[in-house]
Amino acid sequence: MARTVTQKRKIINTAAAWSVGLLIFFPILWTILTSFKTEAQAIADPPLFLGFDWTLENYAAVMERSNYGRFLWNSIVIAGGSTILGIIIAVPAAWSMAFVPSKRTKDILLWMLSTKMLPAVGVLYPIYLLFIRLGILDTKIGLVIVLMLINLPIIVWMLYTYFKEIPGEILEAARMDGATLKEEVLYVLTPMAIPGIASTLLLNVILAWNEAFWTLNLTAAKAAPLTAFIASYSSPEGLFYAKLSAASTMAIAPILILGWFSQKQLVSGLTFGAVK
Amino acid sequence: MATQHSRSAARLMMAPAVVLLLGWMLVPLTMTLYFSFKKYLPLRGGDLGWVGFDNYVRFVTSSAFWPSVLTTLTIVGGVLAITVILGILLAVLLNQPMWGQGVVRILVIAPFFVMPTVSALVWKNMFMDPNYGLLAYLWEFFGAEPVQWLSQASLTSIIMIVSWQWLPFATLILLTAIQSLDSEQLEAAEMDGAPSTKRFAFITLPHLGRAITVVILIQTIFLLSIFAEIFVTTGGAFGTKTLTYLIFQRVLESQNVGLGSAGGVYAIILANIVAIFLMRIVGKNLDA
Amino acid sequence: MGQIKLNKVSKSFGETEVIPPLDLTIEDGEFTVFVGPSGCGKSTLLRLIAGLEDITSGVIEIDGLDATNVPPAKRGLAMVFQSYALYPHMSVRKNIAFPMKMAGVPADEQARRITAAAEALNLTDYLDRRPGQLSGGQRQRVAIGRAIVREPAAFLFDEPLSNLDAALRVGMRLEISEMHKRLATTMIYVTHDQVEAMTMADKIVVLRAGVIEQVGTPLELYHTPCNEFVAGFIGSPQMNLLKGDEAARHGATTIGIRPEHTDVSQTEGTWKGVVGVAEHLGSDTFLHVHGVPGCDPMTVRVDGELPVRHGDTIYLTPQLDKLHKFDTQGLRID
Repeated sequence: MARTVTQKRKIINTAAAWSVGLLIFFPILWTILTSFKTEAQAIADPPLFLGFDWTLENYAAVMERSNYGRFLWNSIVIAGGSTILGIIIAVPAAWSMAFVPSKRTKDILLWMLSTKMLPAVGVLYPIYLLFIRLGILDTKIGLVIVLMLINLPIIVWMLYTYFKEIPGEILEAARMDGATLKEEVLYVLTPMAIPGIASTLLLNVILAWNEAFWTLNLTAAKAAPLTAFIASYSSPEGLFYAKLSAASTMAIAPILILGWFSQKQLVSGLTFGAVK
Repeated sequence: MATQHSRSAARLMMAPAVVLLLGWMLVPLTMTLYFSFKKYLPLRGGDLGWVGFDNYVRFVTSSAFWPSVLTTLTIVGGVLAITVILGILLAVLLNQPMWGQGVVRILVIAPFFVMPTVSALVWKNMFMDPNYGLLAYLWEFFGAEPVQWLSQASLTSIIMIVSWQWLPFATLILLTAIQSLDSEQLEAAEMDGAPSTKRFAFITLPHLGRAITVVILIQTIFLLSIFAEIFVTTGGAFGTKTLTYLIFQRVLESQNVGLGSAGGVYAIILANIVAIFLMRIVGKNLDA
Repeated sequence: MGQIKLNKVSKSFGETEVIPPLDLTIEDGEFTVFVGPSGCGKSTLLRLIAGLEDITSGVIEIDGLDATNVPPAKRGLAMVFQSYALYPHMSVRKNIAFPMKMAGVPADEQARRITAAAEALNLTDYLDRRPGQLSGGQRQRVAIGRAIVREPAAFLFDEPLSNLDAALRVGMRLEISEMHKRLATTMIYVTHDQVEAMTMADKIVVLRAGVIEQVGTPLELYHTPCNEFVAGFIGSPQMNLLKGDEAARHGATTIGIRPEHTDVSQTEGTWKGVVGVAEHLGSDTFLHVHGVPGCDPMTVRVDGELPVRHGDTIYLTPQLDKLHKFDTQGLRID
């Protein structure tokens, strides 16, 4: 099959790919590096790459200024909760669409996806009012519900494309073997779809974690997640690069680490199951 | 292909998702429509009665309206063009044999994990700041005058920031698609005497059609409503006011809910025009 | 027990009727094969019996009881699918145990039946493997094992051998036949391969476009096909069908003669032709002969070896007592 590639070709490829990769990654790397500098070193001219005095003082300052732990916890609850709730609702729906398709299945799927296109800002005030009326403004449960709803179409779509890969005959075999609908979904479909469900889970945790419109507009002090934590550094007093970098690093580190550890599932998740 | 029993079960299992999304769509939409026909100023007297199409006329005749539509489309179009073109090039590069492919892939994906507020702040301050930003150093190093990125080249800057965030997504999808290309097809073309540029143009590129569609669809959904990047960097100044941002200002900053709601209806119409266009393509691709 | 009776059963998908009302009785212990070209509705018919599809009208009886609205699991039938449909996340043992687990069979009884099935199917050494680690033939055995342990009233096979290579197919064919002799359970077997139908069946049901063309034992179909379609479908190589003047001379619209029922001579005979391709298999020789009026090329089978080559002229004579005659509707004339 594969032919041997000349060593020279491979060296050129490697050099080119690594340069591009590092260039794309550079802003993140620079942020992380800067977070360990003093404020003076952070704006030194010429810029300092590695030859600076590593310090943790920025992290200490950020921790002192704001309650990082609470923001982090809010992010975890909101991103995790909305994703799990979404998957519980989406699995049966995706099962129906993938294995009992009707003439309207495709229309329903596209309609679901189109709700994702509704501009959030168009319904911001109504949602705001509803939240006040229901007493869930600035609560975690309120954000869990909203983020679940905005990501539900994506979750259904991803699960649908994964489920479609599973041969229908296997589910029919389970039916012949005497499995009820619940047993069929629980013992046969779900275990077979674990990789797909894992990818869906990961991708939606990331989407929910990074969601910045609803989390900024529907929270104040109590339920604010890390998006709000970092937005507070956009005010002028936050114009200290080292502290800003430390706060940024703290906001993205959890998801960056999660993302890198689960890279393989994520890559298949990122393609939304739509590309093979 | 199923029995009556499983069909009714299917309908039952689909119900929660459908009902929830229907509610999520209809309830706020109805309320937005309702407010759009009212003079409604929460901080200055609240509901001041019906005004017919006043809000719609005022919103569309305000000097900010058409520029905001143009800005929205420019950002979406610019980011799509950059991410698709660079994404294809990058995907082709990453598909070549090399050392440390896995590590490079991790480096390339990374921006996707960065929340928009963070990336906007980091780019704004640490790269695009005309005094202390890294890009300013770079320009000075080559003896050029530093660019006032976010005030003089504001739209370009925002497109750059957003493209950086979405390039990983485009690259990954396109890379997956390239890897799925049957190598026998390429070998057959090679036997037929097609040089590598022609093999790319006539075999690889058409094969990527479906993947490009997916990239465009998904990105458009998210790009039409970008918010944090503008909120954090320019606050809508210097010609970066998108439709989303304009409405946001009407509703939250000037507290004119009636006017903002009319704007919301326009935004929904714009989104629907784009949606119908996209759904056609995707619907066709879903059959394949 | 496993008598299955279809009474005026029909199936439509939306407006299209894929199976017009049909009647069929499958006796207890019988090995019945549904055969026909692809798209003839044989798989649909099997799925109707299994309960995986609703019938549009009619009644299905299993052992005299109306099973029309009984869900698949309660019909007491076991099915072996074309793709085997094994559960990829379960070991072979768990795959085989799954139907018993669903039925609530006690654990020690489960173990006993698994051991017995594994021994009968040569799977004892593979019980702890996953389906992905098995060969095609082994997967096929697991699928059969999963069906056997249910001790069903009848087995349904949906083209079970079509994913195996030719050599394995012959072996599995024998194993399934032997299993039938041993268990004496009703089996319904769907295939498009008439050789499988001829070698395995007690009774063959030939289907075309959802309609039963003929029901009978393999040799009944071979000797007295009731119409042109069955005549052309059963037998390998295919029966030669001649139209025009040759047929008119026998008082028919079409006459059929099987390749093995034609005498070959290098000097004289009824029809003169030129050899196009000669296939020398050693045990027999197949000739594809051009120039016979109303049938081009005509296929002829000769026992043993015959030293003819491309371009040789030969003479063919049909054995008149083995001639099949069909009328304008394609129906048999006796």
